[in-house]
Amino acid sequence: MAEEIAPREVYGKMLVELGRENPDIVVLDADLFPSTMTRYFKDAFPERFLEVGIAEQNMVGIACGLAANGKIPFASTFAVFGTSRCFDQIRVSVAQAKLNVKIVVTHSGLTVGEDGASHQALEDLALICSLPGFTVIVPADAVETAQAIRAVATHKGPCYVRLVRGKLPVILDDSYRFEIGKAYTLRKGKDATIIAIGTMVAPALEAASMLSGEGIDCRVLNMSTLKPIDEEAIVKAAQETGAIVTAEEHQEHGGLASTVSRVTAKHHPVPMVFVAVKDKFGMSGKPAELLEKYGLTAKDIAAAVKETLKRKV
Amino acid sequence: MMPSESKKQSKTPTDNSNVGVFSSDEDLAAVCKRLRRDIVTMIGKAGSGHPGGSLSAVEIVVTLYWKVLHHKPADPAWPDRDRFILSKGHAAPVIYAALAECGYFPKSELDTLRKIDSHLQGHADRTSTPGVEMSSGSLGQGLSFAVGAALAGRLDSQSWHVYALLSDGECDEGQTWEAAMSAAMFKVDNLTAIVDKNSIQLSGFTKDIMKLDPLNKKFESFGWHVIEIDGHDLKQVLDAIERARTVKGRPTVIIAHTVKGKGVSFMENNVDFHGKAPNPEQLEQALKELA
Repeated sequence: MAEEIAPREVYGKMLVELGRENPDIVVLDADLFPSTMTRYFKDAFPERFLEVGIAEQNMVGIACGLAANGKIPFASTFAVFGTSRCFDQIRVSVAQAKLNVKIVVTHSGLTVGEDGASHQALEDLALICSLPGFTVIVPADAVETAQAIRAVATHKGPCYVRLVRGKLPVILDDSYRFEIGKAYTLRKGKDATIIAIGTMVAPALEAASMLSGEGIDCRVLNMSTLKPIDEEAIVKAAQETGAIVTAEEHQEHGGLASTVSRVTAKHHPVPMVFVAVKDKFGMSGKPAELLEKYGLTAKDIAAAVKETLKRKV
Repeated sequence: MMPSESKKQSKTPTDNSNVGVFSSDEDLAAVCKRLRRDIVTMIGKAGSGHPGGSLSAVEIVVTLYWKVLHHKPADPAWPDRDRFILSKGHAAPVIYAALAECGYFPKSELDTLRKIDSHLQGHADRTSTPGVEMSSGSLGQGLSFAVGAALAGRLDSQSWHVYALLSDGECDEGQTWEAAMSAAMFKVDNLTAIVDKNSIQLSGFTKDIMKLDPLNKKFESFGWHVIEIDGHDLKQVLDAIERARTVKGRPTVIIAHTVKGKGVSFMENNVDFHGKAPNPEQLEQALKELA
């Protein structure tokens, strides 16, 4: 069993590391520092930590004023509050103004669990990906989270990083090198490709192992940068494997499924099946129960692969 | 160390090129009149725009750009400049007129307002216009930005000051008050907000749309130092801004009582001219009044 680490824990510690290296890093939080783990930065650099209270719109605006004056602000809260609650501020003050603001959210998706629908962001990627110029990253594990946070700190321009509440199995080793805009092939294969993000990457690998027992050889891509998407890797997968399944803890609308199918539709259409939330809100429950109820397990991914294979010519 | 957006430079106190290309002896009343002509002309030529809230802010903007702001028209990103944030982004024409008069770009560009590919967008846009600090137009966002700018200046021990121009209508937005609370909490005394209180918003008088008064007490209770003035009295405007700079430990708001559409008889206190351009006859009439 792979070791499990909470990416937000890694995020909090990486902020301290970056803060030590660069005095321009400033961190903002909206009354959630014990949960987003910005508390480590708060303790290490209190003069560069801004608690704005439960006021996400103001948090984003303050981050913009800081960014326009040479600071590198990291604004953190839960995914629901860091996107839909302050979307117009992100749209006009951050994106239209092309400011160097980093929005790093935790507690995305169904795996928030017992807090229920109001707290389960399933549309945040659709919102953020719709904004011109945003870089959108969904790390798959702790190793990738650490590298992605470092990458967005040096990348110029608005960035969104989506993390989850729970622990995730560590699937990448230290030789892994994250690069913005590059998909990573976790498993080679020729019969079909599973493209996954975030929490769904580990189940995608599990599905591929299950299918290999049945003689189905799946490629698995970790598409951690959702925007700008690695079109080349998608087209290559479509050409070489002829069938694609996407897997995400997000609505089918506007996230990975939409983005990947836009690329295949333009360049190389193939049969596709989407493992995603199908136009429903979440609900309270244990994370594992929710993933099962909403069809987001390795079993669901494996079934989706078989469905694409039936339609493959 | 990673690159940061602006290279820090040491303060050069001897550099006083803060009044742009104009002599500080110039009669500011004449400058105000010229700006008003620029405003109605560019909006008239554009065929759309917001004359009312641009005309009401003329004395505030002229006082800032001609008497107060430390700025360099030839170097809009000069790190030591004072920051002027236009939160009421629909009043972009008053800023465009001031920036052009100061030499940020040729005055002839004013004729391109709101036209395709122009540097002068319908609402203020920092990526398009030299000298514009913030993209605005969606109301209520400027004060937050100004708080962030003030905090950045304080973190770097800079002596530049942040000014934010708000409309009274945009005080309907909750974000204005989130920002007001945080400015007091963070004790940003390098920030001065100015509310252009012209008492009219798009669809009517503010008192009928959403009651703001007592606006002074609201800001006071949020921890701000409040100064109230006649926003068309140049001496009062300058005096208030100078007094605001001396207040320590908390932010200051200047509530400037103004007249929407000031200077053009048929636009004054007329809700219609919040967001309507003068037609050619009206433009001619306006320019006659502002001659």
